[in-house]
Amino acid sequence: MHKAWDDAAADRVLGAFSPTQDQLLPMLHALQAEFGWIAAEAVPILASKLNLSRAEVHGVISFYHDFRREPAGRIVVKLCRAEACQAMGGREMAEAVLAHFKLGWGDTNCDRSVTIEPVYCLGLCAVAPAALVNGAPRARVEPARLIADIEAMR
Amino acid sequence: MSRVFVPGDALAVALGADGVAEALVNAGAEIVRTGSRGMAWLEPLIEVEIVGGRVGYGPVSAGDVAGLLAAGMLSGGAHALFLGHIDDHEWMRAQTRITFARCGVVDPLSVDDYVAHGGLRGLKRALEIGYAATIEQIARSGLRGRGGAGFPAGIKWKGAADAQADSKYVVCNADEGDSGTFADRMLMEGDPMSLIEGIAIAAFAIGASKAFVYSRSEYPHANATFAKALAAVRATGGLGAHAFGPNSPFEIELRIGAGAYVCGEETALLESLEGKRGQVRAKPPLPVHAGLFGKPTVINNVLTLATAPWILTHGAEAYAAVGHDRSRGTMPIQLAGNVKFPGLYEAPFGLTLGQIVNEIGGGTASGRPVRAVQCGGPLGAYFPPSLFDTPYDYEAFAARDGLIGHGGIVVFDDSVDMATQARFAMEFCAVESCGKCTPCRIGSVRGQEVIDRIVSGENRSSDIALLEDLCQTLKLGSLCALGGFTPYPVLSALGYFPEDFQRKPAQNGGGLKR
Ligand SMILES: Cc1cc2nc3c(=O)[nH]c(=O)nc-3n(C[C@H](O)[C@H](O)[C@H](O)COP(=O)(O)O)c2cc1C
Ligand code: SF4
Ligand code: FES
Repeated sequence: MHKAWDDAAADRVLGAFSPTQDQLLPMLHALQAEFGWIAAEAVPILASKLNLSRAEVHGVISFYHDFRREPAGRIVVKLCRAEACQAMGGREMAEAVLAHFKLGWGDTNCDRSVTIEPVYCLGLCAVAPAALVNGAPRARVEPARLIADIEAMR
Repeated sequence: MSRVFVPGDALAVALGADGVAEALVNAGAEIVRTGSRGMAWLEPLIEVEIVGGRVGYGPVSAGDVAGLLAAGMLSGGAHALFLGHIDDHEWMRAQTRITFARCGVVDPLSVDDYVAHGGLRGLKRALEIGYAATIEQIARSGLRGRGGAGFPAGIKWKGAADAQADSKYVVCNADEGDSGTFADRMLMEGDPMSLIEGIAIAAFAIGASKAFVYSRSEYPHANATFAKALAAVRATGGLGAHAFGPNSPFEIELRIGAGAYVCGEETALLESLEGKRGQVRAKPPLPVHAGLFGKPTVINNVLTLATAPWILTHGAEAYAAVGHDRSRGTMPIQLAGNVKFPGLYEAPFGLTLGQIVNEIGGGTASGRPVRAVQCGGPLGAYFPPSLFDTPYDYEAFAARDGLIGHGGIVVFDDSVDMATQARFAMEFCAVESCGKCTPCRIGSVRGQEVIDRIVSGENRSSDIALLEDLCQTLKLGSLCALGGFTPYPVLSALGYFPEDFQRKPAQNGGGLKR
């Protein structure tokens, strides 16, 4: 899911927060929930609201893997790359899924339907390999099945 | 009519529990969504209330529901998926469930159910005996931090209680970034009230009126459940203006991280809560003296805090009565990866690693021989079966350069390539480094290159020496355990599995799997 930047919508979202620096992560999460990404336009707005420099705001956004600075696809697939999943064929699973969609880690395809992101552990290590598809947990992922399900959602 | 308990835990949901719940509701059954009992291979595991207790069925799919009902499941009828009384199941019976006693049993969102199962007695006792005696109980129980470092909780609480300040904080570390671990998640989904009670006890003990729970964005289900649990407690007055008595306020706020492993490190976590980049702070000052917003702060893991109510309810001696050497009490062990019986197994410290992997875990899921076991998350060493006599105990593991950490155990069969695993440890360090120390930020990138060269077989012996040297630099020149402990998985892979670094390039396809 992604939407174009919209100052009025951003203002509405940010209006719910008190203007203190500790609210920066909650604000960024709220913006990403609204738009699907954090547009460059957000930086000066947040900086002036929180009385921070633009560099500080940018520094925070770029530090955290979650915050996307480009729009994502409608279907966001997070594949676990961590050890318990590796022990159950997670590497091969991820390779097959990336190859099918001709994507690299973090990439979105041209029609903005699918984004595939790496994630390091989803707490589903007892039923590995694991994935999240638009927030829905998946266990014992078989690549062919996951690919078919994503294709069906496109 | 007999109620049916259907797990709403993310793991069970990933295996189709929502569909099972829907099929049951459509068939007119009364259901309660619970957490998970922890037997992952039997999920979705549903339980039915019958005369004389609860009986289980699993693993159940939505398609099984009609057949189960026809077989008389609601009165405990026989069926191929019938598991009997879950408390009597051999995997459950041998456990000592203290922290996880209620997980999978109670309705996680019901304060009444929590109280009916012994909840809130710990907080009540703390309020009765006062803060000093409360801290004394925690100290005497021997409870150590379950987040990884194993620091005595009582000492930490006393440090913050003794600090003079106009405000103090409790911060619950629910960032659970270690791969192979999921106990915090299970508890937040299955028995969040015990965590809320534990946080309240800690806050009362140190004199804090505000607490934060810092969870991770990778856990959307757990976060949703925990937020609902907070709201349920707030509705009963357990949080708010009079939580600790008339005009004695207490509030808990849930905050969500943004995909940075290093934010599990306590000072990086505090930076992140303050709205900054999650960079590690140099110590001193310790958080108990100057933590969140510069105020005295107790920061504890989910399991540490959630165990406090039991200790206050049953007494420090009861907790200290089990365990091994200086590791007192129980550890919720998390068995993951290529293991036949994965899940959460709470037991007193002192089992051997071999007992855990082979007896409790049943060996590998693939049926092939166990080759390596990574204990304590991505910064923990890989142990070969020759170390299976190591007792599960903080000091015994440390003596073998290993880590109990947060209790994760990841099993690999003989198809694993340990050079690939070593390279991944370096890669993970590079991806997650907060950037403050050069050995961690740059050394981890160099480490990947050196391992690539070793595998490609050019200057093997000098490159192996270089890798060992680099690991030494990481150990000595890192501010926190991300850089400082990455050498353990790397050096253990190299030390116990040298043959994987010595293959002819043709044997590994000319390079490593990525
Ligand atoms: C890189 C790194 C990651 C950590 N991740 C976590 C974590 O996810 N959860 C946690 O409780 N502790 C984590 N810790 C340990 C914390 O720094 C700290 O010791 C712990 O929160 C203290 O609570 P405890 O005494 O109850 O264990 C991590 C430490 C490091 C160095
Ligand atoms: S060791 Fe790495 S993660 Fe830890 S403080 Fe240094 S640079 Fe940051
Ligand atoms: S390691 Fe993949 S879910 Fe934990």
